[in-house]
Order: sequence, then structure tokens, then C-alpha cells
Amino acid sequence: MDKYISTPVTEEVTSKLQAGDYVYISGTVYVARDAAHHRFMEALKRVEEGASEEERMTQEYKKKAADSLPFPIENSTIYYMGPSPAREGRPIGSAGPTTASRMDKYAPCLLDLGQKAMIGKGKRTPEVVEAIIRNRAVYFAAVGGAGALLSKCIKSSELVCYEDLGAEAVLKLEVENFPVIVVIDREGNNLYEMAIKAYAKDIE
Amino acid sequence: MIRTIKTEEITKNIRQMCIEANHYLSPDMEQALKSAADNEPSPLGKKILCQLQENLAIAGEELIPICQDTGMAVVFAEIGQDVHLEGQLLEDAVNEGVRQGYTDGYLRKSVVKDPIFRENTKDNTPAVLHCSIVQGDKIKLTLAPKGFGSENMSRIFMLKPADGVEGVKQAILNAVKETGPNGCPPMVIGVGIGGTFEKCALLAKQALIRPVGEPSIIPYVKELEQEMLQKINQLGIGPGGLGGTTTALAVHINTYPTHIAGLPVAVNICCHVNRHVVRVI
Repeated sequence: MDKYISTPVTEEVTSKLQAGDYVYISGTVYVARDAAHHRFMEALKRVEEGASEEERMTQEYKKKAADSLPFPIENSTIYYMGPSPAREGRPIGSAGPTTASRMDKYAPCLLDLGQKAMIGKGKRTPEVVEAIIRNRAVYFAAVGGAGALLSKCIKSSELVCYEDLGAEAVLKLEVENFPVIVVIDREGNNLYEMAIKAYAKDIE
Repeated sequence: MIRTIKTEEITKNIRQMCIEANHYLSPDMEQALKSAADNEPSPLGKKILCQLQENLAIAGEELIPICQDTGMAVVFAEIGQDVHLEGQLLEDAVNEGVRQGYTDGYLRKSVVKDPIFRENTKDNTPAVLHCSIVQGDKIKLTLAPKGFGSENMSRIFMLKPADGVEGVKQAILNAVKETGPNGCPPMVIGVGIGGTFEKCALLAKQALIRPVGEPSIIPYVKELEQEMLQKINQLGIGPGGLGGTTTALAVHINTYPTHIAGLPVAVNICCHVNRHVVRVI
């Protein structure tokens, strides 16, 4: 089913999404991939090291941890992507999704801090699926290898931080009707598993 | 007769080939994607295959790379033994071409200097260069920028001779199953069978640059390619991994003699952006 949503992706938004839905996203999306996620974890580790075990259970601590990240994490959408350089007069170069599983190590922690949506491609671990269910979040896939097409839905791009990482810097994008598919919904339904069954033939 | 080729020629060609490969797919790949779109029964799969064609059109018309992962530059240089190279070291000439191509062509710089410390080289060098000496007085250059979504899903299996052809089939299927949506299907599957550990991997890589759908000249290998393509497309993975019958566009297999004690099998997965440009100088 085709659906149109706007960011921020709140629980109200994810309650209306089901695995298999074709969704057009408009609004703000943050870009981060491997190296940026590694730095997020370093920032969070510094906060963690400064807190006692009791403090870590408090809401205040959670806020402090969220504030150590370079953009507001609450109800945010992170796009796993590293664009090619923009030509003059364009907001961005080719801009398709990268493999999400490389971010599996980091995703549960960010979802627990309030991130609600991930855009990438490919499988996720059971830990990420659990974190999606626990936080009523969502995992979208964009079409891998369609970076030229997807770049047309990106209206602006702004550097947030980590410029030294080149293609792995954190960006803030404004997107319009950016096409994605719900792969894992907040109930934990997984389109990859469901869809493959529908077309698999017994070859043994 | 010895023919002299200036290495500047190589640099100039590699530069152009990097830009060309990342904006235009070769006609064999375009045709394979088109016929896949015509034949895919899954509505979502068909939609994705149509988007991939639209993506190719935008890439070519507006000069936006087909995929943002413009790859690590893999270069095969087949050098005629009657060629005399004048100028830089061949490897430096190739790297200079990659540097210029990736910088002037607005291509992504995806190479890090050290696999552990991971500092970006900022010009996508070095390339991975494979040289071979052949007959004649020309140089044939093949450039195949390789994205890592699919490269990461590639596998090597050191099977036992007793595993036989059934073991080979199972290894290929297991590699593709494990790849699932991660390798950006529909994929091209390059397989190497035989040789040693490293030779086998190279055979698989070379299989990917064969024109898509061109069968092996060895009859049993050709049959194996057809059988594996059929089996892979019955896995149900489909375009984007979202279900369908187009999981692979082609299976290419290269073989080589091997040791009495071994049966190496390498599976090099390539996404639908299977880029390869060939030039003869």
C-alpha cells in the first residue's frame, strides 16, 4: 500500500506502517554510516564513563546521553548513506542506501535513545529487530544501486559534523517524497522473510 | 616489432574509463536488466527493476553516478609482449588515471590507506591492478569499479575432491542465500573453480567481467552455469531482496587445473551495477 509520511517519525507515524508498505518520506533525514556511528558511540561512552551505575538508570542521564550526539535523536530518521560529491548547483551527488547490517552493532543503542526510523538496505540482526519492537520504531529499505534516481528526491544537504570523514560525514537532508519500503515494522514483521517465501520454490 | 606506448596514454584512458564506467552500464548489462523487468512476475520486483532502468537513464543524462558507491577500481592490464612502455611505472600511470577520473568525475572516494587505521586516501587510489603478458603489440585495459555491498558478501570455500560438483553447487547456493538482499539483487555471480586459494578468487573476479549472458566455451561448465542460474532464481530473493524470480541476471564460471588434494570454489558476488569498460591501446 502506498503511504505518505512526514518527519519527525513519531510513534503515531510508525503505528500506521506495516511491512510491505511503499512509503514516501518528506522532511528532515540525517545521514550517517560506519565511521560516524563509531564516533557517536565514542561520545556516548564518554557520558557513560562520567556516570555512576545508579545515575545511568535516570531520565536525566538519558537526556545527557542524547545531548552528546550531534543532532536531536528523538524521533529522528537516520539514512545509512555516503553520497558521491555534488556537481556545481546540485544539493548532492548519487545518494543510494548502504548495507544496514554494518550499523547493527550501533543501532539498538540509538533506538533506545529515541531514534525512530532507519533507512538502508539488507538484513538486520535479531538484536536490532528486538530494539525496533521495544521502541516502536521502523526499518525502511531504499532501492540499493538507484543512487541517481534517489538523489532527485533530496532537495538540500547541509553538513552537520565530521567533515574530515569525507563521504562518511554526518549530513542533514531535506527530502521530498523519498521512496522507501517498510521492511521491518514495529511489530517485528519482516518483509525480506515474508516476500522470499512467496516466490521460493523447493529445489532440494 | 616492438611498439612503444607512452604511459600517459594509459593514464588518459583510465581517467576516462573511470568516469564512463560509473555513469553508463555496458549494453549487455542494460539488455539483461530490461529483459528481467519484462519477465519478473512480482509486482514490487517489477517496479524495482523499472526504477533501476530509470536510474540508469538519469545517470547517463544528468551525469550522476549510477550508484554512490563508485567502487574500488579493479584494473586488468593484458600487455602484449611486443609492447615497450615509456614513461612512468605502469602502476603509477594507472593510479594517476584513477586519481584524475575520481576527482574530475565527481566520483566517491571510498579507499582507506590502511585496513585498520582507515584514513581515506581522498583520491580513491590505489587501484587493484592485475597484469598479464599476452601475445601482440597492444595493451587491453579492463576497468571494473567494484562496490563493497556485494564484495562483502563474496565467499571462498576450500572443498574436498570428494565433495564433487554437488558440493560446488551447494557452495554457490549457500553463498547466494546468505547474501540475500545485501548484495543488491539482481546480481551477477562470478564463480571460480580450481587453482589455488588466490587463483580461484581471481577466476571468480574475471568471470564477472565477461559480457553478461555469454556462456562458457566448455560444454559442462556452460550447463552448470545454466543450472545454477535457474536454481538461484528459484530461491525467491528477487529484485532488492523483496521477493521475485530475478535474483541473478547471470552466473559466469571459470575453471582452472587444481591440486589432487583440493577443490577450491570462490563466489564473487556483483550487484546489478556490474560495471566494466574495456579499451585496447
